[in-house]
Amino acid sequence: MLSVKGLKATVDDKEILRGLDLEVGAGEVHAIMGPNGSGKSTLAHVLSGREGYEVTGGSVTFEGRELLELDPEERACLGLFLAFQYPVELPGVNNTYFLKAALNAKRKYHGEEELDAVSFMRLMKEKLKVLHLDDSLLKRPVNVGFSGGEKKRNEIFQMALLEPKLAILDETDSGLDIDALRVVANGVNSLRSPERSMLVVTHYQRLLDYIEPDYVHVLAKGRIIRSGGKELALELEEKGYGWIVDEAAA
Amino acid sequence: MSATPDDVLPGDAKTAAQTSTKAAEAEAEYGHLVRSEYEHGFVTEIESDTLPPGLDESVIATISQRKGEPQWMLDWRLAAYHKWLEMPTPKWAAVHYPPIDYQSISYFSAPKKKELKSLDEVDPVLLETYEKLGIPIEEQKALAGVAVDAVFDSVSVATTFREKLSEAGVIFCSISEAVQEYPELVQKYLGSVVPPTDNFYTGLNSAVFTDGTFVYVPKNTRCPMELSTYFRINEAKTGQFERTLIVADEGSYVSYLEGCTAPQRDENQLHAAVVELIALDNAEIKYSTVQNWYPGDEEGRGGIYNFVTKRGDCRGDNSKISWTQVETGSAITWKYPSCILRGDNSVGEFYSVAVTKGKQQADTGTKMIHLGKNTRSTIVSKGISAQHGIQSYRGLVRIAGKAEGARNHTQCDSLLIGDKCAANTFPYIEVKNPTAKMEHEATTSKISDDQLFYCRSRGLSEEDAVSMIVNGFCKEVFNELPMEFAVEAQKLLSISLEGAVG
Repeated sequence: MLSVKGLKATVDDKEILRGLDLEVGAGEVHAIMGPNGSGKSTLAHVLSGREGYEVTGGSVTFEGRELLELDPEERACLGLFLAFQYPVELPGVNNTYFLKAALNAKRKYHGEEELDAVSFMRLMKEKLKVLHLDDSLLKRPVNVGFSGGEKKRNEIFQMALLEPKLAILDETDSGLDIDALRVVANGVNSLRSPERSMLVVTHYQRLLDYIEPDYVHVLAKGRIIRSGGKELALELEEKGYGWIVDEAAA
Repeated sequence: MSATPDDVLPGDAKTAAQTSTKAAEAEAEYGHLVRSEYEHGFVTEIESDTLPPGLDESVIATISQRKGEPQWMLDWRLAAYHKWLEMPTPKWAAVHYPPIDYQSISYFSAPKKKELKSLDEVDPVLLETYEKLGIPIEEQKALAGVAVDAVFDSVSVATTFREKLSEAGVIFCSISEAVQEYPELVQKYLGSVVPPTDNFYTGLNSAVFTDGTFVYVPKNTRCPMELSTYFRINEAKTGQFERTLIVADEGSYVSYLEGCTAPQRDENQLHAAVVELIALDNAEIKYSTVQNWYPGDEEGRGGIYNFVTKRGDCRGDNSKISWTQVETGSAITWKYPSCILRGDNSVGEFYSVAVTKGKQQADTGTKMIHLGKNTRSTIVSKGISAQHGIQSYRGLVRIAGKAEGARNHTQCDSLLIGDKCAANTFPYIEVKNPTAKMEHEATTSKISDDQLFYCRSRGLSEEDAVSMIVNGFCKEVFNELPMEFAVEAQKLLSISLEGAVG
C-alpha cells in the first residue's frame, strides 16, 4: 500500500526527516509516536503534498505510484486522506457543498458519474448514522466557529465520505477532552476495514487506548528508531521517550 | 436641489481613514488562475444608423427630433448641456485614464429597423447575439417569468410581457416611449433624484441620453414579475447614455434586474448612465446588477469606462431601497449607488461584490444619507483584487441633524490574490445627531496557503479551491440576489477568476 524508503526532507534548509523507512500494508493501522520536533507532522505533510517542504532524498510509493510526483489533489483522488491537526476554516463555504464538491472531484477522477444532490444527501445521512453524528455541522460554513471537538469530528466525517485507502491522522487527539476523544476514536474504529490502512500520528499513548494499532513506531530526529507491537506504546507511556532515544544514539 | 452632490466624496487621502494593503505573495502563484479570455467578446454585424462624432446643440436637437420628443424634453436637454459645458470632470476618484475627447464620440446609434410589433420582426443577427449571450428571449418569457426589455445599443428592440404587466397597471417601457406616453410622470420625476447638475457625467447624460428604461408601479401593487433589462454596447465609438427611472408608488414593490455584457472592441467606450429610483410611502425597490463589460486586454486596452450615477430616494415613510451589485467587468468603474433616506423609518441597503484583475480599476461604494427619523442603512461591500487590479471602496454615511435614532452598519472586506494588486478603503462618516448608532467593520485578507492546501488535500483542484473560497467570501452579497441571478453571478465570478486556464 505505502512504501517509504530513505525519505529525507527539509524545511527552510533545516533537515527534519533524515532517512525514514516505513512499510504499511493493506488494512494495517500504524501508530507513529515521538517527542516534539521529531518530524511527525512533517511526515504527514510531506506524504499529503503540502508545499514548503523540500524532499532531498528517498522515495515514496503509494498503490504502486510515485507519490511525491503528484499534486495534493491527485494524491487525494488516489485515496490518500489527511485528517488535519488544525482543520482550516473556509468562511462562507457551506460544509455540505464542500463535501459534495470533494467527493465529486474524486469520482470524476475515477471516471465515475458525479452524485446529484439527492443521492449525496442520502449518502451523507448513511455515514452520519454509522458515525453516530448529528447533522448540525453540515449547514454551517466549513469549520467556522466549530469547537475543537467539532472540527475533529468533521475531519472524521469527511474521511467516512471520501473512503480513503490510506488515512493519515495528524495528532487527531490534540485539543480534545476525553469525551470528544472517545467520539472521534469510535468514528475512526468504525472506518477500519481490511482495505483501509491508517497512519495515526500522536504524541500520547492515550489515543491508542481507543484506536488499537497493529504496529507502533518511534520517530526521533527524523528517523524511525524503534518499531514494535501495541505493547511498545505502553512501555513508552511508562518510561517516556528518553531511554529509546539514548539507546538509539548509543 | 441636490441633497447629495458628488463633491461630498473628495478623494483626499489626508481626511480619509485610508488603509492601503498589498499582498506579499508572488503573483506567479495564482496568476494563471485569473487569466481567462473574455467570454462575450464577439461583435455582431448589423447596420447602424449612427450620427457622426461630436457634440453641440444641433446634435442634441437631432437626437430629440429622431426620438420625436416634445419641446419640454429638448429644453431640458439643452439646459443640461449648457450647465455641462461649465462643469469640470471629477478628479477625486482613485482611478487613472487619459483625458476623454468628448467631441470624438458619436452620441446616437440605433439599429435601423424600428417600431417592431413582435419578435419575428427583430433582425435575426440580433437575436443570435442574444442567444450567444445566453438570453433566449422566447424561452425566457415562459420559463423564467422575466419580462425582458432588451436594449441593443440605444434603442429598445424587444419588450415582452407587456400585457401581463399592464393588467397589473405596471408601466415598463423604454424611457423614450415614456416621454411620449406618460409625459406627466416623466416630467414629475426625471432629474428629481439625480439633477442634471449633480456631476459632470450626469450633465452629459441629461443632455444626450438616447434610451433606457422607465418603470412605474402603481399604489398598493406588487409587480407580478421581476423586471429585467439587458444592455449591450455594440457600436464602436458609441458612448452609451442610458437613463433609467423607476417609481414605486405608495405601498408597492418591484424588483429590477440589470445585467450587462459587451463585445470586445479596440477603443475605449464611455458609459455614463444615470439611474433614479423613487420609493414613496411603504414602497420597496430592489435593484440588482450583474455587470460584465469588456474590461480591456491584459494591458487594459479597449475596456469600457463605466461612469455611472445611481441613486435612490426613499421619499416616503417606511420605504425601502436595496442595491445589490456584482461588478466584474469594465476597465474603469466609478459608481456609487446611493440612498437618500428622506422618509421616517426608511431603509437603505447596499450589497456589493467588485472584482478587479488585469489592469482594471474600480472606485466604488455607496452613500447613505439619513434625513428622516429612525432611518436604517446597511452596507456590505466585498472587494476582490487580482493581478494588477486596483480597487477602492469609498462610502459616505451622513446622519443629518434631524435624523433622530438613525442606525448604520457598514462592513467592507477586501480579498487580495497575488502581490501586485491593491485595495483601498475610504469610509466617510458625518454624524450631526447624537442619537445615531454607527458600526463600521473592515477587513483585508488573502486566500491563505492553508485554505488552498486544505481544499486540495480533499481532491479539489487549485482552480476549484480558489473559486470556492472566493464565492464563500461573497456569499452574504449573493444571498441578496434573486435566485437565477445568484447562480449567474457565481458562474461569472468563477469565469472571471479562473475558468478556462491559459
